[in-house]
Amino acid sequence: MIDERFDAIVVGAGMAGNAAAYTLAERGLKVLQLERGEYAGAKNVQGAILYADMLEKIIPNFREDAPLERHLVEQRFWMMDDRSHTGMQYRSDDFNEEKPNRYTIIRTQFDKWFSQKVRDAGALVICETTVTGLVQNGEGRVIGVKTDRADGEVHADVVVLAEGVSGLLGSRAGLRDRPEADKVALAVKEMHFLPSETIEARFNLKGDEGVVIEAAGTISQGMTGMGFIYTNKECISLGIGCLVSDFQSTGETPYDLIERFKKHPSVAPLIEGSEVKEYSAHLIPEGGYKAIPQLYGDGWVMVGDAAQLNNAIHREGSNLAMTSGRLAAEAIFQVKSRRDPMTAENLSLYKKMIDDSFVMKDLKKYKDMPALLHTQSKNFFLTYPQLVSKAMQDFLRVDGTPKAQKEKATLKSFVSARSWWGLAGDAVRLARAWR
Amino acid sequence: MTDLSVRVEDKLYQNRYQVDAGKVHIKVREHDTPTAPLRALLTACPARCYELNDKGQVELTADGCIECGTCRIIGEASGDIEWNYPRGGYGISFKFG
Ligand SMILES: Cc1cc2nc3c(=O)[nH]c(=O)nc-3n(C[C@H](O)[C@H](O)[C@H](O)COP(=O)(O)OP(=O)(O)OC[C@H]3O[C@@H](n4cnc5c(N)ncnc54)[C@H](O)[C@@H]3O)c2cc1C
Ligand code: SF4
Repeated sequence: MIDERFDAIVVGAGMAGNAAAYTLAERGLKVLQLERGEYAGAKNVQGAILYADMLEKIIPNFREDAPLERHLVEQRFWMMDDRSHTGMQYRSDDFNEEKPNRYTIIRTQFDKWFSQKVRDAGALVICETTVTGLVQNGEGRVIGVKTDRADGEVHADVVVLAEGVSGLLGSRAGLRDRPEADKVALAVKEMHFLPSETIEARFNLKGDEGVVIEAAGTISQGMTGMGFIYTNKECISLGIGCLVSDFQSTGETPYDLIERFKKHPSVAPLIEGSEVKEYSAHLIPEGGYKAIPQLYGDGWVMVGDAAQLNNAIHREGSNLAMTSGRLAAEAIFQVKSRRDPMTAENLSLYKKMIDDSFVMKDLKKYKDMPALLHTQSKNFFLTYPQLVSKAMQDFLRVDGTPKAQKEKATLKSFVSARSWWGLAGDAVRLARAWR
Repeated sequence: MTDLSVRVEDKLYQNRYQVDAGKVHIKVREHDTPTAPLRALLTACPARCYELNDKGQVELTADGCIECGTCRIIGEASGDIEWNYPRGGYGISFKFG
């Protein structure tokens, strides 16, 4: 393909790949980045919330020209049953700061911008090229990649696997497992366009302020999953995701799920009259800490979703992807500066750096959460939301029933649905997993 | 179910695809009666690419595929599905993502 040797080849131009390629190129390394999409972002789907801090560590002045939608001033959490939601919301004027902490973005547009930065930093970026395999030498060391272009083999000292959640290359080369159905969620999403004034009026916003809503409950039909509604400037991202194993066992269809979410009486008024311009779907790694594979080896490192670095509890993925990409690049740069070879031993520096970062610390904190939510999904996503909603309605509806009698009935409904042991057990399990 | 199928097609209609004529990136193993994983794909695929034909076999029309990878997760281990990415540049191109 290209008769040149590179210091590093980066597979994928998503969040992790762009962070790695940019950081390597910035430091003067000779970088080739390969992306299968027509352009960077063509294959990528996200909610999407951008966490400024992690991007700032890579491109400090990104706010000057990055395509940002709205900075977030409010977050709503909804627990839903079929006709109601019980909500918690936090809004603060503190978020109207000079350098806001979180923004909504439109992922494809953001990736195009990031990719231009990678090119400007000096990397050679080639799109419309699918990497079909890794090239290994006799000792099993990765020395390059094969692509679907004519004469499509290219060589480098190190390959950065930033290929995302499916991880075809990594799993086919035996560097990681194929994701299992109960450790990966399928999310479907739509882009609903509305005039910005309509969005601002419906969500109580001024100017570039934004709101996000995270929703759980009966909308996922008892499956482990969540819905989301994110405000952009002139559109609303709306979607819902559940574990693939749950789709498999329930026979629920993803498109039916998103339709029901849209028709919910709490959601419908927010998107009324909108024009849908895209329907997308993507997987999200949900296995957490225990699903993280080996992150480095002779001639390779793995970053982002490909390495399962995704915090499903907090819906953080892109920031872990960017951080792991940056740290992998910094480790490679250090090895290179010492003129050392890209052996597993030398590249273990990357693992050390990521263990010391928030990425591993956060994932470790929630290591028991995925298993809990997955095995208890009916309680957390069906029974409790219904009970809470019933209790709220009883609390608010004034109908002459004495309050003591109402409270007794509420308590009884919780106990009969889950039993004292069940309730106590869930509380302990949740507390343990959260700790 | 009938009105659902209309809806999925309507949804996909908004999307932008570069079709690689004559090349399919996913293959279904030949079968007489579908296995459990194959049957699961009838409902799990978000683009409804899998349908039963009149002989009761699971058939794939990959035109609307959004390359989510779900069918690979469900069907590759059992050998029911052979899954690859489309050639570079082909397939879905998201405008918003
Ligand atoms: C619906 C949804 C909502 C989300 N919301 C949020 C959110 O609000 N905030 C957040 O932080 N995270 C969110 N995430 C998670 C976030 O999107 C991911 O964690 C992040 O995109 C991972 O980045 P990555 O670079 O590792 O992988 P990706 O962004 O998936 O990039 C992988 C890239 O590699 C390319 N590629 C793959 N294989 C090959 C190959 N063989 N050859 C060439 N190119 C290849 C792909 O085309 C792609 O461009 C969300 C995810 C989803 C699906
Ligand atoms: S990759 Fe996703 S959209 Fe494509 S056929 Fe498989 S399940 Fe359907």
